[in-house]
Amino acid sequence: MKQYLLSIIQPDGPTPPPAALGKIMHDVGTLMQELKADGSWVFNGGLHPASTATVVRLQDGELLTTDGPFAEGKEHIGGVVVIKAPDLDAALAWARRFARAITLPIEVRPFQQERGG
Amino acid sequence: MSSDVPDLPAAAIERVFREQYGRAVAALVRVFGDIDVAEEAVQDAFTAAVERWPSAGLPPSPSGWIITTARNRAIDRLRREASREDKYAQAALVRVRDEPEQEGAVRDDRLRLIFTCCHPALATGAQVALTLRLLGGLTTAEIARAFLVPEPAMARRLVRAKGKIRDAKIPYRIPDEADLPGRRRAVLAVVYLIFNEGHTASSGDRLSREDLCAEAIRLGRLLVELTPDDPEVMGLLALMLLVESRRATRTTPDGDLVLLSEQDRSRWDRGLIGEGQAIVRRCLQRNQPGPYQIQAAIHAVHSDAEAAAATDWRQIVQLYDQLLVVAPGPVVALNRAVAVAEVEGPDAALTLVDGLDLAGHHLFHAIRADLLRRLGRNGEAALAYETAIARVENATEREFLRRRLAALGGPR
Repeated sequence: MKQYLLSIIQPDGPTPPPAALGKIMHDVGTLMQELKADGSWVFNGGLHPASTATVVRLQDGELLTTDGPFAEGKEHIGGVVVIKAPDLDAALAWARRFARAITLPIEVRPFQQERGG
Repeated sequence: MSSDVPDLPAAAIERVFREQYGRAVAALVRVFGDIDVAEEAVQDAFTAAVERWPSAGLPPSPSGWIITTARNRAIDRLRREASREDKYAQAALVRVRDEPEQEGAVRDDRLRLIFTCCHPALATGAQVALTLRLLGGLTTAEIARAFLVPEPAMARRLVRAKGKIRDAKIPYRIPDEADLPGRRRAVLAVVYLIFNEGHTASSGDRLSREDLCAEAIRLGRLLVELTPDDPEVMGLLALMLLVESRRATRTTPDGDLVLLSEQDRSRWDRGLIGEGQAIVRRCLQRNQPGPYQIQAAIHAVHSDAEAAAATDWRQIVQLYDQLLVVAPGPVVALNRAVAVAEVEGPDAALTLVDGLDLAGHHLFHAIRADLLRRLGRNGEAALAYETAIARVENATEREFLRRRLAALGGPR
C-alpha cells in the first residue's frame, strides 16, 4: 500500500456561510467515516488560516523567524488527509469524492516511504 | 559479410525492432513493474540482435526472441544491481515470474501500457511523448524533432512522466468498467492528436510530418486489434485513413496548399479510401454513432465524389448536424457552415459563421474571408484574410492565405 497526501486548496478570505459550511462538514464527516471503515484512513486535520503561519529558515548559518506563510498567494493548504491506497487510481477516486464534498480543489501527492499494509 | 549468410542489414534489424518495440516493452513492464527496466532490457536485446542476427539469421519468432532475450538480460542486470543494494532492482527482481509468454497476455500488456501512457494524471504532451516512445518505439530524438522541441527538453519530459508513473504509482492495467469510456476517449484523443500534428504541423514550415501520420495510423490499427468491439476506435482509424488518402494532392510539388475542391482526385489513394470506407460501413451497421465515426463518414462522402461538384453536400450537412449533437462546439459549427455554403449559398453560411465565438481561431477568419469573397465583398474579405494571416502558425497555410488575399486584386 502506498500513502498519499490529499491537500485541500483553500482560497484565503472568509469561510462559506453557515448553511453551506454545515453541509460541507456533514459530507466530509460521512466521507471520513467511510475512509476509516475501509481501512484507508491514516490521518486528517484542518488548519487555521495561512495568516497564522510562521516560517523558520536557516540563512547564512542563522535561524530566521518570519511571520506569515512561506508562499504568498491567493490560496493555501486549508487541511490535509493522509490515505492508504493501492495505486494512484484508488487515491484519485477518494480525492474526487473529497473534491465533491468540500467543493475545493484537492492536490494528490504520493509519499516516498511505503509504510503499513 | 560473406555471401552464405542471410542478408540482414542493420536497417532491417532496426525495422523489426521498431515493429516489436511496444510489444516487448509492454510485456517486460508487466514482468518487472518498471518502465525504465523494461526499456533498458529491450535496448540490450537490440544490441544482442545486431550482433547475432546477421550470422544466425532472423529467429522464427522475432518478438518471442526479443522478449526472452530482454528478460534474461534484465534479470542478469538486476542481479548485479541488487547485490549493490539497489532497492528498485530488488523490488523489480521480486516481481519476475517465470511464465511462458502467451499471445493473449501480450496483447493485454500493450493495452495496459497504452492506458498507462494516456493516464489523465499526465499532461497531454507527456501522454503523447510516452505513447510514441513506448508503444511506437520512436527515439527521444525523433519525437523531439516531430514536435519541434529541443531533444534535452523532450528527454526531460519523458523522464518526468516516467518518474511520476513510478512514484505516484500510476497503475498498469485496463481501467475499471466505470472509468473505461472516459479513459478510452483519452487514448483516442492522443492518437488523433499525433495524427493531426503530422497532418498539419501546428507550427513550422512543412505542412505535414508523414512519420507522425503513419505512426498514428499504426497506433490506430493496434487499437482496433486490441479493442475490436469499440466502434469509435474503428471510426478513428477510418477517419485517419480517409484523410491520409489525400496526402499526395494536398500540396503542390512546391509545397503550396491545395484545397479539397481543387485536388486531383485521380491521385487519391484508392487503397486507403477503400479500407476507410469499408470501416465506415461496418460502423454504420453497428449503429452506435460517435464523433470519430461521424467525422469519418463525412470524409467518406467526400471520397465518394468523383469530382468536387458531385459532392453530396446535403448529406454532409446532415452528418454535421449529427456531429453537433454528440460533440457540440464552435469548431464543428464552423465546419458545418462551410457545408451549408454549398447547399444554401455563402450568405446563409456567413450568418452562421458570424454568430460563432471563434475570433482567436485563424480558420474562422479564413472561412469568413472566403465567404465574403464569394459574396463580392472584397474589402471585407481582404481584412478577414489579413486577420487570418496574423493568427495562423503553419507557414504553408499562411502562404496559401497570402495567395488568396493577393488574388482578390485591386486596392480595397
